Amino acid sequence: MTTPLLEIENLHTFFHTDVGVARAVDGVSFAVGVGETVGVVGESGCGKSVTALSVLRLVRPPGRIEAGSVMRFEGRDLMSLDEREMQHVRGNRIAMVFQEPMTALNPVFTVGDQIGEVARIHAAMSRRESHAKAIEMLKLVGIPAPEQRVDEYPHQLSGGMRQRVVIAMALVMNPALVIADEPTTALDVTIQAQILELLDDLTRRLGTSVLLITHDLGVVAENCARVIVMYAGEVVEEAATTELFARAHHPYTEGLLGAMPRVGGERERLATIPGTVPPPTAWPVGCRFHDRCPYAWERCVAEHPPLYQIGANHVSRCHLADEPERRAHPHPPLAAQRGASAA
Amino acid sequence: MTAPAGTRASAASLLSVRDLTKHFPIRRGVFGHVSGQVRAVDGVSFDVAAGETLALVGESGCGKSTTGRAILRLIEPTSGTVRFDGQDVLALGAGELRRLRRRMQIVFQDPFSSLNPRMSIGAIVREGLTIHRIAEGSAADARVRQLLEEVGLRPEYASRYPHEFSGGQRQRVGIARALSVEPRFIVCDEPVSALDVSVQAQVVNLLQDLQRDRGLAYLFIAHDLSVVEHIADRVAVMYLGHVVELAPVARLYGEPIMPYTQALLSAVPAPVPGVERERILLTGDVPSPANPPSGCVFHPRCQHPARDAACARIVPPLEEKAAGHWAACIKQPPTTVSWEQQQAAGGTNPPEFFLPRAALHRGT
Repeated sequence: MTTPLLEIENLHTFFHTDVGVARAVDGVSFAVGVGETVGVVGESGCGKSVTALSVLRLVRPPGRIEAGSVMRFEGRDLMSLDEREMQHVRGNRIAMVFQEPMTALNPVFTVGDQIGEVARIHAAMSRRESHAKAIEMLKLVGIPAPEQRVDEYPHQLSGGMRQRVVIAMALVMNPALVIADEPTTALDVTIQAQILELLDDLTRRLGTSVLLITHDLGVVAENCARVIVMYAGEVVEEAATTELFARAHHPYTEGLLGAMPRVGGERERLATIPGTVPPPTAWPVGCRFHDRCPYAWERCVAEHPPLYQIGANHVSRCHLADEPERRAHPHPPLAAQRGASAA
Repeated sequence: MTAPAGTRASAASLLSVRDLTKHFPIRRGVFGHVSGQVRAVDGVSFDVAAGETLALVGESGCGKSTTGRAILRLIEPTSGTVRFDGQDVLALGAGELRRLRRRMQIVFQDPFSSLNPRMSIGAIVREGLTIHRIAEGSAADARVRQLLEEVGLRPEYASRYPHEFSGGQRQRVGIARALSVEPRFIVCDEPVSALDVSVQAQVVNLLQDLQRDRGLAYLFIAHDLSVVEHIADRVAVMYLGHVVELAPVARLYGEPIMPYTQALLSAVPAPVPGVERERILLTGDVPSPANPPSGCVFHPRCQHPARDAACARIVPPLEEKAAGHWAACIKQPPTTVSWEQQQAAGGTNPPEFFLPRAALHRGT
């Protein structure tokens, strides 16, 4: 990795609800280097989106970033900034692209107003200047006839165009980091290809770092140099993308790769991960994956695994790192023995 | 278009759809003047054989879901014919239609909105048994338990409510409900798109097991081409209300003919890091089905090197390019639209076979 731009250490973000404390992000650490694109993958409820919101300090009550969480960005401690300073970071230095462009855009303002607003707030531009800036940004993200589109409303644009507008808004101030939370999940596959190509091209040209949050391992394989796998509020594996796909270590990562149908792949039965993700109010003791794991043994039920170093830039939260011979003896996981039961 | 777009004779097919059309009127003003038509489904034909899975793929707005619903008459088609097991589905009265639905069922995409939150899952599965007078009392209870077990849910959960279940489990309830009346054919409308990948695999496997055990036929509507390759026997590709290609799964993925199919396949991310895939990047967006392009509906975005003025004038017939492989493109030989006809329509480039490497995934 290059010089770290963003460093997260021991991030805990909990939601204090009536039914208990939901430990959505429970001790997450990772870093993003300058100009690097890092993927965060995991299924619903693993904490990947809450991690993204935490970096921008956009977690709303009852959610709270707990004391002891450290987030350093461009050498500054994000946790110590006041709200005004934090607003300067958002939009100026870190920008966010959300999954659903229709909800990220305000339906009663033109796209030019909304792109221009960023420039007016963060660069104190006049209306006239910000309008010109909006046209320039629309051109940059490849929207045809930008002089005309700039005065249109979000509902007049297609889903792919809206996502281009959201990306244009994110890039107005030339931020150092773009956090993209499932930026293409709501889009069709041909539009997804356009948007990912655009994001890749722009960030390469501008030297922007990207934290790409997705559930799609195919998107990670094509766009990220490094990948972080999350499960039940924790990082369970981290490696260079090629390394992860060639030598996945954590049984959860292995399961995800096996469950994914591939175009051009063999038409064999898909591997599945039995059971479901546990609720964040009651993570299992020991390894949080143990009841769905085909290798789990007594130690996994009793002892929470640390992140083991298993290669130069490869870590995995699995006791198999300590006792690799156990991988030779898979068995039906506890969740499969119980049957597909309700949560 | 009257091309019999199937590989099997109608006699052998369970379901036979011909020239199915669904137009939605566009109304404007306080008096609701009809000012135009959205041609959501515009002359679709295909067959589904007993025990077969035909996948219907395409992007948002291509008409695939409307097609699925029109076949079951959950929405009334504008025109066309649908024959199921020899019966003319569109001619049936309400009572007959209800009886038909014992044999044709649907599983919806969203397991959150397709189950009534006020009914226990046992009651949801049991409803079909009661309506169709299949079982009552303790026999019905036993049948519900058996169905839940069959889809991988514990029978004692029959008294629980949908909110107590995860997305994948709710989708299993939806499948159990469809199975309760012992259908021969199920329209699966994006049944796994809302699910996480590990859960998606569970449901795909379940659908395959049920097909094997019960000889079910599926119309599998999806936009995810990797899931489709895994589950389908044949695939129909839709674009702007038309079927533009229809072929056995290995042929469609191995040698896609229609340039739109090629672009669609090239856009699928390959889960092999480090391999720079070539990609056919389609420019622009899908045109509006209220105002579809003339001639070939795909021509404004087409990357075929022989594309010319004839493509904008001639509506390409869905024709059999190779055994069982149907496609609608006058620039991909062989074609029944002669070069003379194309020239008369302003064509300048003779048909020439085109298959970009970017469209293929094998060997990457």
